[in-house]
Amino acid sequence: MTGEATVATREHSATGSARTSDATRPFTIALVGAPNCGKSTLFNGLTGGRAKVANYPGATVEMRYGDAALPSGRKARLVDLPGVYGLTPRSRDERVTVDLLTGAAGSAGPRPDLILALIDASTLRTHLHSILQIRRLGAPMILVLNMMDLANRDGLEIDLDVLASRLGLPVVAGWATRRAGREGVLKALDAALDQPPAPPPADDLDLKALQQEGRAIARAATIREPTANLLTRRIDAVVLHPVIGPAFLATLLFFVFQAVFSWSAAPMEALENGFAAIGGVVRATLPESWVRDLIVDGVVAGVGSVVVFLPQILILFAFILALEASGYMARAAFLMDELMSRVGLNGRAFIPLLSSFACAIPGIMSARVIDSERDRITTIMIAPLMTCSARLPVYAVLIAAFIPPTLVGPFNLQGLVLFGLYGVGVVSGVTVAFVLKRTVAKGAAQPLIMELPTYKPPDLRDFLIGLWTRASAFLKRAGTIILGTSIVLWFLAAYPSGATNLRDTFAGRLGAVLEPVFAPIGFNLEIAIALIPGMAAREVAVGALGTIYAVQNPEENAGRLAETLQGAWSLPTALAFLAWFVFAPQCFATLATIRRETNSWAWTGFAFAYLMGLAYLMSGVTYWTARAIIG
Amino acid sequence: MSIEPIPVPTPSRHLCDLPKSTRGRIVAIDDGAGGLAAKLREIGFAENDEVEVLAFGPIGGRPLCVRLNETMIALRPEEARLISVEVL
Repeated sequence: MTGEATVATREHSATGSARTSDATRPFTIALVGAPNCGKSTLFNGLTGGRAKVANYPGATVEMRYGDAALPSGRKARLVDLPGVYGLTPRSRDERVTVDLLTGAAGSAGPRPDLILALIDASTLRTHLHSILQIRRLGAPMILVLNMMDLANRDGLEIDLDVLASRLGLPVVAGWATRRAGREGVLKALDAALDQPPAPPPADDLDLKALQQEGRAIARAATIREPTANLLTRRIDAVVLHPVIGPAFLATLLFFVFQAVFSWSAAPMEALENGFAAIGGVVRATLPESWVRDLIVDGVVAGVGSVVVFLPQILILFAFILALEASGYMARAAFLMDELMSRVGLNGRAFIPLLSSFACAIPGIMSARVIDSERDRITTIMIAPLMTCSARLPVYAVLIAAFIPPTLVGPFNLQGLVLFGLYGVGVVSGVTVAFVLKRTVAKGAAQPLIMELPTYKPPDLRDFLIGLWTRASAFLKRAGTIILGTSIVLWFLAAYPSGATNLRDTFAGRLGAVLEPVFAPIGFNLEIAIALIPGMAAREVAVGALGTIYAVQNPEENAGRLAETLQGAWSLPTALAFLAWFVFAPQCFATLATIRRETNSWAWTGFAFAYLMGLAYLMSGVTYWTARAIIG
Repeated sequence: MSIEPIPVPTPSRHLCDLPKSTRGRIVAIDDGAGGLAAKLREIGFAENDEVEVLAFGPIGGRPLCVRLNETMIALRPEEARLISVEVL
């Protein structure tokens, strides 16, 4: 191994210097380091990219490219990679990194010209052996001691020259979150590209020997040891407490759902009034024509009925982003591990599942950090049961219509019902995982070895970028797919002209085909019609209902779907509709992601079939139970 | 004839037996356990490192939250059993 590595180095430096004169091809620089040491933050800072950053190990699960300009004017292509503790990949995300570094990635990515290795300065002693391991691959390399600002604050002092000479590498201190903290990194990259790299050590140390070597180097380079991070210890004494900890987690989640409802009331009202006003202005200014009706009843009613939920979605995302950035997610995984392991899953699966509250797609992708393939598949199968933000419009409109906002003790009943719907999703997911792990996805219990990050206050810029990314994705969907559906559906629901009844329109005839299927679970013709476009994405169903009811009752104010539904649906129907959306896999993008991540039509088909089956069954049970109780 | 018993060194404990808030020093990692031991080493457990159990999970005391030098690691007793420690 050592001999090969040395040869590889010579080849590398030879080609490296040849490339120096080739100005057209950018240098490829790979960011490598332990999970959660700040690679994506540095990547974003150097490239202006918007890769997801979060304070838990495993936030990055795929390669990402971005261009950076070096001080010399040269262009560099940076590759952000999932974090690794060593060169033995155990999960999918780790394999991406190791394959790229060893050249096994083939066409997926050429070996980098330079490795930009990162280490969290405060963990130098504990993690340095992985840098020694990567060093022995033979590629040119520099080392950045990241988060040096935080380490200095805690009292750590490191002699960079000693470290550089002992490692045989250029070493710079940096802090990825600030421009000043990235300048040294850029200069070091420039210098490293000009200099032929030192050959890697010609030894063949095993992991244990590398650890001792790493610790000896760290000891020699450390001028002053840091004091313990007391803040993290004090917080953990509370949130990891065997009784207070779980109570805090439950309270936190409960508070989030209460806030989603109570904080959004005023901005939602404003948006509803805004859309009603737009509809009123259009109706008053345009001459009476089909174009006017299309705009008011199709576009404004359809798009408006979904966009009014933007405040709720933003509040939910704000909480999830803050949780992800704080360092709490790994603690939640710690608290849930035993519960998850009794179901047959790993505590680490809790992070993808909690992320699925925002959207199942990143949740499904972040399951790549799970070592066991069976556990990963099981996690993917249940991720769609976690209540994603696209269900919020559906839940919120029905809760607003059918659940009074009375106070139950200190709690808003609407918030309680929403919390209950999330709870049903989680309990169903856990039950399905339990069944899968004992039938089709059997496997031995997997070990849990997970680093808990120190707490950090969320970075405002990252937080706002995260929020903006989500908000714009939501509005973009409203402006494209929901707008398109609303227009098509308006035509289908308004024609042939002269149709006085929804049943006589094209939409009604289409819905009538599905109506017999849904009648036993209490769904009416309007719901049957709305579920067709709703297959694309859940919130489209709300937009569709908005359009259908607006066409039928043009006098109603556009954008006030909840009030319309209140008069049009019975309570059992409304509850059955809620139950349907807890389970139904009404999202093409999720199904496509499942197909890509499992690489299997069989698993994709299985996910679709079992979720549809559960949706139908549970809606029926809800409908008939509610009817029996209400009478 | 009788065989003299071989003197046994003071029995070292395993990380999973360490009481809460007691500092220990790692004396050995059971490399015979193969991949799992390698994984423990990769994340940072090594001989002579300082460890301390900071918390036990809410159900059955599982998993453990351990301070390893300046980092914190969550692991289950099954994994912690591979790490022998002496109390400091």
